[in-house]
Amino acid sequence: MTESDAKIRTIIVDDEELARKMLLEFLSRHPEIEVVAECANGFEAVKAVTELKPDLLFLDIQMPKLDGFEVLELIGTDRAVVFVTAYDEYALRAFEIHAVDYLLKPFPADRFETALGRAKQRLGGKLPPPADLATSARPPAQHLERIVVRDGTRVYVIPVAKLDYAEAQDDYVALATEGKKHLKQQTISSLETALDPQRFLRIHRSYIVNLERVTKIEPYSKDNHVVVLTGGGQLPVSRSGYARLRAFLDQKTNRPAR
Amino acid sequence: MHPILGRFRQLGLYLLAWIPLAGILMYLLVRAGESWTVAATLTLPLCAIYAFLCLAAWYPCRATPVEQSSFLKLLLTHFTAAMLLSTLWLQLAKGLAAGLTRWGGFAGLESRASGYLPLLWVTGVLLYVLSVTLHYVFLAEQAAREAQERALEAQVLARDAELKALRAQVNPHFLFNCLHSISALTSADAAKAREMCILLADFLRTTLRVGRQETITLEEELALIRGYLAIEKVRFGPRVKMEEQVEDETRALHLPPLLLQPLVENAIRHGLANLPEGGVIALSAHRNLNTVSIVVENTFDPDTPSSLKTGLGLDNVRQRLHTRYGDDADVTVKTENSLFTVRLRVPMQENGNRS
Repeated sequence: MTESDAKIRTIIVDDEELARKMLLEFLSRHPEIEVVAECANGFEAVKAVTELKPDLLFLDIQMPKLDGFEVLELIGTDRAVVFVTAYDEYALRAFEIHAVDYLLKPFPADRFETALGRAKQRLGGKLPPPADLATSARPPAQHLERIVVRDGTRVYVIPVAKLDYAEAQDDYVALATEGKKHLKQQTISSLETALDPQRFLRIHRSYIVNLERVTKIEPYSKDNHVVVLTGGGQLPVSRSGYARLRAFLDQKTNRPAR
Repeated sequence: MHPILGRFRQLGLYLLAWIPLAGILMYLLVRAGESWTVAATLTLPLCAIYAFLCLAAWYPCRATPVEQSSFLKLLLTHFTAAMLLSTLWLQLAKGLAAGLTRWGGFAGLESRASGYLPLLWVTGVLLYVLSVTLHYVFLAEQAAREAQERALEAQVLARDAELKALRAQVNPHFLFNCLHSISALTSADAAKAREMCILLADFLRTTLRVGRQETITLEEELALIRGYLAIEKVRFGPRVKMEEQVEDETRALHLPPLLLQPLVENAIRHGLANLPEGGVIALSAHRNLNTVSIVVENTFDPDTPSSLKTGLGLDNVRQRLHTRYGDDADVTVKTENSLFTVRLRVPMQENGNRS
């Protein structure tokens, strides 16, 4: 094994330059570490990780464009991740998705060394490999506000208000927004639980619809209906989906009378 | 001591009210065959004395509050007191009549007076009852006023506590990030680290100082904001820019302290910090007649969830303005494309008084 093979390829992601400089300084004391990129926001991070395939990631949480969790959602967790943030309230969520460590700013050098030691252990295979990133790590009371999709090194951020509907396609969901469809590796059920049930409804085994886009419900065959969307498109409604739709509309129309 | 004895105006009015009573008593005596002179000589001193005796009703009234005493207790207390006072008054009347007969040259008054005694006794009881009624009214009114004062005081205290709590909200994450920047600078640029320490100390000290004041001028608030931005510029570099458009005549405007700084902080946290290239915070103050409108405007990333933009800061500002100015001030918030605007309208006050 050559010297360069043993190096741990590392990317630093933080929107504050000083914070990146500090990590660089601490890392420079370790010749086995090779910092392959510094990123100032989530987009850059996704791009750099996709292209450079690092082993280790130091990741800030509050950043422009994509936050640290969204970055991980897009790149997966098959690498060691150390979160670096001034906020302690994300620690639980970070460990749920098997982050190696969670450094609270400001941190002392020996605390950093501990985190780096843990990362090396993880990379050496002494710690269990990370499980799949669970979108359920999101606090239950909080609904998804935007969906992030990656297409190669490009990242799309779709605010849920702009999502027309989602369609299941094998292991993927196709997200229809502004006349385009984006494919994301996610099950339609996990997407359904993440979305606000007051705004999105599962009308079919394969479809979730944005209720604001629904203009009318029409009978299609004996037992089936379709919803007509604002753009003129139609989506099939299953029998149970129709029941849910009716229940939702009844609840809506009854509200002023209460 | 009875409270009326300390207030000469009220005591005078009370004694004045006794004059018609004395008149009625005199009239009754004249009707019974006495001369006006005899009636007056007998009635006036008796009434003057009884006026003060009736004030004694204050003690049993205070000892047996209407609301908290049983009817039996009330009846017994005031019945006993009425008997005592009226009998005392009767004895005084007897003595006066005897004295006048012996030394005043009013022959036969003493024997005639014994005929008036039942009338006098009944009058005494009735006057005592009247006095008791008036005292209960007086006590109830006093209790109501005290309750009102207490309520008002509680309100003021609650408001003060609220203001203190609202002022004390320097964002801890701001502090943690600052300390982290300083920590990073210590090895890279020691002089800059020192500068940052001083900027931070100045900002915190000014925050504490103005936080203790009820109001500060807009110029003082702006100075505080500049200090705050100097720190954020160390953290964010060229991503944070500010443009000030403040009319000179508004600089003397008095405002509750730390009202605008949280808005600027929000503009960074929820606005510029989410933009990779940063942006501009535009702060302006403009006077129209008796009000000043202050606008804090910043760019933000429309793709960042909207729930982040309605922070705690804005609620605080709204609440504090309402506490101080009531309906004379308001806050409007506008989100347009990628521009977030907070507009405050406050009365133009050039001194710290609430007027």
